[in-house]
Amino acid sequence: MTAEQRARSISVHLVLIAYSALAVGPLLLVVMNSFKARSAIFGSPLAPPDAATFSLIGYEKVFRSSNILTYFSNSLIVTLVSMALVLLFGAMAAWALTEYRFRGSTALALFLSIGIMVPIRLGSVAILNMMRSAGLNDTLTALILIYVAQGLPMSIFILSEFIQQIPRDLRDAARCDGVPETRIFLEVIAPLLRPAIATVAVFTIVPIWNDLWFPLILTSSDRTHTVTLGVQQFLGQYITDWNSVLAALSMAILPVVAIYVILSRQLIAGLTSGAVK
Amino acid sequence: MANLRIEHLNKRYGAATVLNDVNLSIEAGEFVVLVGPSGCGKSTLLRMIAGLDGASSGDIHIAGRLVNTLAPAERGIAMVFQSYALYPHMNVRKNMTFGLRFTGVPPADRQRRVAEAARMLRLEDLLERYPRDLSGGQRQRVAIGRAIVREPAVFLFDEPLSNLDAALRVSTRVEIARLHRLLKATIVYVTHDQVEAMTLADRIVVMNKGRIEQVGKPLDLYYAPANLFVAGFIGSPAMNFFEAKVESIAGGRARVAGAGFRSLDLPATSLAVGDALTVGVRPEHLARDTDGPFTAEGVVELVERLGESSFAHVRRADDRLFVAEVRGREAPAPGERMTLGAAAEDVHVFDASGLRVPPL
Repeated sequence: MTAEQRARSISVHLVLIAYSALAVGPLLLVVMNSFKARSAIFGSPLAPPDAATFSLIGYEKVFRSSNILTYFSNSLIVTLVSMALVLLFGAMAAWALTEYRFRGSTALALFLSIGIMVPIRLGSVAILNMMRSAGLNDTLTALILIYVAQGLPMSIFILSEFIQQIPRDLRDAARCDGVPETRIFLEVIAPLLRPAIATVAVFTIVPIWNDLWFPLILTSSDRTHTVTLGVQQFLGQYITDWNSVLAALSMAILPVVAIYVILSRQLIAGLTSGAVK
Repeated sequence: MANLRIEHLNKRYGAATVLNDVNLSIEAGEFVVLVGPSGCGKSTLLRMIAGLDGASSGDIHIAGRLVNTLAPAERGIAMVFQSYALYPHMNVRKNMTFGLRFTGVPPADRQRRVAEAARMLRLEDLLERYPRDLSGGQRQRVAIGRAIVREPAVFLFDEPLSNLDAALRVSTRVEIARLHRLLKATIVYVTHDQVEAMTLADRIVVMNKGRIEQVGKPLDLYYAPANLFVAGFIGSPAMNFFEAKVESIAGGRARVAGAGFRSLDLPATSLAVGDALTVGVRPEHLARDTDGPFTAEGVVELVERLGESSFAHVRRADDRLFVAEVRGREAPAPGERMTLGAAAEDVHVFDASGLRVPPL
């Protein structure tokens, strides 16, 4: 390695380290302070918990005084079901749009890509009216429907790109082999899409798990609140229960991290190596 | 093993015609090679036989059955792709059996077929490996194995050797010839490489611009090309062409003259005075000491030494080059003046439209 390359590598790493610190710092503060007593949170917010300041009061209060488990299961249900539907429908639509030429296929692709450009929140009022008249107000179904609509355009876009990279000969070979179209999709194409599916899954899950807006306008009872919305009850106009807020937030981070860790194993490139030269 | 008949096959993309009235009849067990420059429509023709591309008009019969509307799998074909197209997430055994699951072959039968194909292709030790762990030659053998286990009526090969290095190409070529003898299968094989075509084929189909130029046995194409295109395409280095004119006709003989060679006599048959002709002679048929009816001369400009012979690029009277293969240890030197002759049977004459004129 020449001196120039080394300097370059060091400067790149400095930028990356600075960015990581910026991104991880606040998270660390939240987790750290969730294990401290209230006075210590305000007295020395940057200090890690020690024997004197360590306290689980926040976690105790969260579990005792709220429906946190219901919120968690609501968030999990909404996120996972939405993700599954987005991946299933997204992969199917991407396959159809890239593999088959049919009347209106270009227009349909264009229509779907508009969804990437227009934020779904612009339609909040209309969505609220729609859900109310459909009798889906204050249900998880309403949230799932919205998140599927929100996640589909991007997932179709990404998966289409990946499908186009799969060599044509592979599908032709499968056709010559007598493999039915659905099986070509499920057993030849889908396994090769694993890295893309993992990517799309992460991109889909994070905004859904973190979303506050739609649970806020669409769910009104404790029964249907998600974690992000549930945490809000600790934030009062006059008093905020910081112990509980930080404890709930710390717990809310965990599932997303877990899912990311699981999926990142699938983010292995070069899965198609060996298919064609 | 089955015969294949193609009648009036056309393929158009918008205004572009890719295949133009292709007619071809292939006997059961025959090894037919489609050869031509890139873009001549040979791969399209193969894909249409496979059913991967539809025809604009025309019929394809396999084993006497009209297959126009049938899916690839229902046509009784198996195809080997240039890129191998192995399923990357399946091991060799699974690659070969995958398609059989959908065509009603019982499991025991599948394993028997795989074992047989693996023995034939020497793949026994590789059955549990994945494509990424195989070399190019091994991958191509797996791709051929996947075709064999389907026990198809017709094998289709789409430039199967193009991705292999030179040495492997020769050995795999021999392998394919051996398999053809072993399986007695009907094979349609696409290549742009005329050596593959000459060595493998029972019959060669030369294609150009969506048309069939000539169909024939390898040596027939070499010794009696039907037109200028085939004459120029088959053979390496390519045939030398000399432009010529009919000067006079007397006593049933036409006197033909042009730049770069001495005048020669042809049977007059359908020729008329003033007709433009092209005289073609292959480099390997020109020799220094031949006293044939054809003699060309010029000054050597460049010499390529191959060992067993040398290619002399000779500048002739009309300032164009022709190539002569000079055998033996004595290579000509640049600047040397050469007179080269060819025997009557090695001189090809084509009329103004490029069609072969009866020989000398």
